Amino acid sequence: MPGLEDLYREIILDHYRSPRNRGELPVPPATKAEGFNPLCGDEVVLYLDIDPDSETVRDVKIDGQGCSISQASTSMMSSAVKGKPVDEARKLIRAFKALMSIHESKLEGESDGSDLTAELDGVRLGDLEALQGVVKFPVRIKCATLAWNTLQQGLDERESVDA
Amino acid sequence: MTEVLDVSRVKADFPIFERKVNGKPLVYLDSASSSQKPRAVLDAMEHHHRHHYANVHRGIYTIAEESTAAYEGARAKVAKLLNARATGEIVFTKNITEAMNLVAYSWARKNLGPGDPVVITEMEHHANVVPWHILVEERGVELRWIPITDDFQLDLTDLDRLLDGAKLLSVTAMSNVLGTLNDIRLLSDAAHAAGALVNVDAAQAVPHLPVDVQAWDADFVGFTGHKMLGPTGLGGLWARAELLDAMPPFLGGGEMITDVRFDGFEPNEVPWKFEAGTMPFVEASGLAAAIDYLSALGMDAVRAHEKQLTEYTLRALEERFEDRLHIHGPRDVDRRGGAISFLFDRIHAHDVAQVLDEDGVCVRASHHCAKPLMRVLGVPATTRASLYVYNDESDADALVESLAKAEKFFAV
Repeated sequence: MPGLEDLYREIILDHYRSPRNRGELPVPPATKAEGFNPLCGDEVVLYLDIDPDSETVRDVKIDGQGCSISQASTSMMSSAVKGKPVDEARKLIRAFKALMSIHESKLEGESDGSDLTAELDGVRLGDLEALQGVVKFPVRIKCATLAWNTLQQGLDERESVDA
Repeated sequence: MTEVLDVSRVKADFPIFERKVNGKPLVYLDSASSSQKPRAVLDAMEHHHRHHYANVHRGIYTIAEESTAAYEGARAKVAKLLNARATGEIVFTKNITEAMNLVAYSWARKNLGPGDPVVITEMEHHANVVPWHILVEERGVELRWIPITDDFQLDLTDLDRLLDGAKLLSVTAMSNVLGTLNDIRLLSDAAHAAGALVNVDAAQAVPHLPVDVQAWDADFVGFTGHKMLGPTGLGGLWARAELLDAMPPFLGGGEMITDVRFDGFEPNEVPWKFEAGTMPFVEASGLAAAIDYLSALGMDAVRAHEKQLTEYTLRALEERFEDRLHIHGPRDVDRRGGAISFLFDRIHAHDVAQVLDEDGVCVRASHHCAKPLMRVLGVPATTRASLYVYNDESDADALVESLAKAEKFFAV
């Protein structure tokens, strides 16, 4: 039986108590994306300011409410993608989902697991790896991935508008 | 305090309490979601499977007749428990959600048109909200909401105006989130005076207190078996016989007909008109055993026990956590049941439930399928502990100790 300390690592509690990048950004130029977990009512509001010239996440702000896992994961995600090129942010999304044992690209038939491993080789999750303990608590995986799905949604929406 | 139920004996009747969770005794405080099952219920279903398993209402042979007798016997027990005028007023369904949908899809579709008002309340479970939303979209009926007061009661100030022209009042007898008990007779009288029928969501009431559909003077009452010690897969709707007679079938198929031709069909009599396909008749034997079990305890004793234990639990929570823990529900145990929702200021309901699980304490943390109510309360979710016949003060004490641990763990 995994214990509470597997789930609630100190760095997670730190992000929960002192969330990074809280706030809002003016839309436009920023893109706003909202994610909900219908099971528990958790909510993530994400503002992404992407520099169109360098395709880099210039700034990110987060709002919303939820449990420690969803809010800590949101905070950590915001720190991880701020200042990163968009394609690197997308790689982080895939790497984080792989950490949560979710292999979407494989399910969608885009590539098999070995390609994913190769692609993600060298992607450094850093502090985010503290969330790995969530995998042992299956009902909480959705809490951890909410922020990342919202990020993906925000990036997709921006691209579809640009296109 | 004087015990109205011998809980240690009751607990011994439930095999699940023989197990441990994380090395600790199972503290089950989620009966408002689904109750545990006494050995008598498990035995009744096994007996049905082993001794007279055969489809009901079809076979001419002995065991089929025994099986049918058991199924119809279960219906009679439900009718007696609810004080129905006749056994045929009980229609079995999959659960109360299906019972609510039966009212919406059969009675309401036939009787409601554009602009016809349906009145519900802010404390309804989604099962008594979404079917009406669907009719708003499909038929253009008008949905009206009775608000709640700051002390978690229905706000009846504007009741007459809300009921003006209404065709149906659909209301819960006991909130699954707040524990609030609503005065169904008072609401029935007001609705009938306005010319509206009354549909009662009794999912939380039937397991926990004496219910008398005639004393309520209701028109429809839905219930579900798995919250009242019975198995999953079987609930039902009580309705006045003349309403059931006039209602069109909801699900079409086997057993719900008297004749099927190339150009149409003749529906079966009530209640079988509404019981298409093979019904969960083994589960009906389980439900009958559950009703026998509850009746042996006595529904008055069940209610008295839960009132005592709710008072004990509320007081223990108040004394230990003072105003750091918000209890979303009435304080007066005469006006509430044993579903207790609460929230710490800065700790999410899920995180609380996670810590409790480590101590073997099972509570629900969610919006409890009552999102409109969560919006009124201004919270995304609550943690809920709910009490039943197998709970005693030791369960309340375990809850309080585990909550203290959660508070400490997440202390800022």
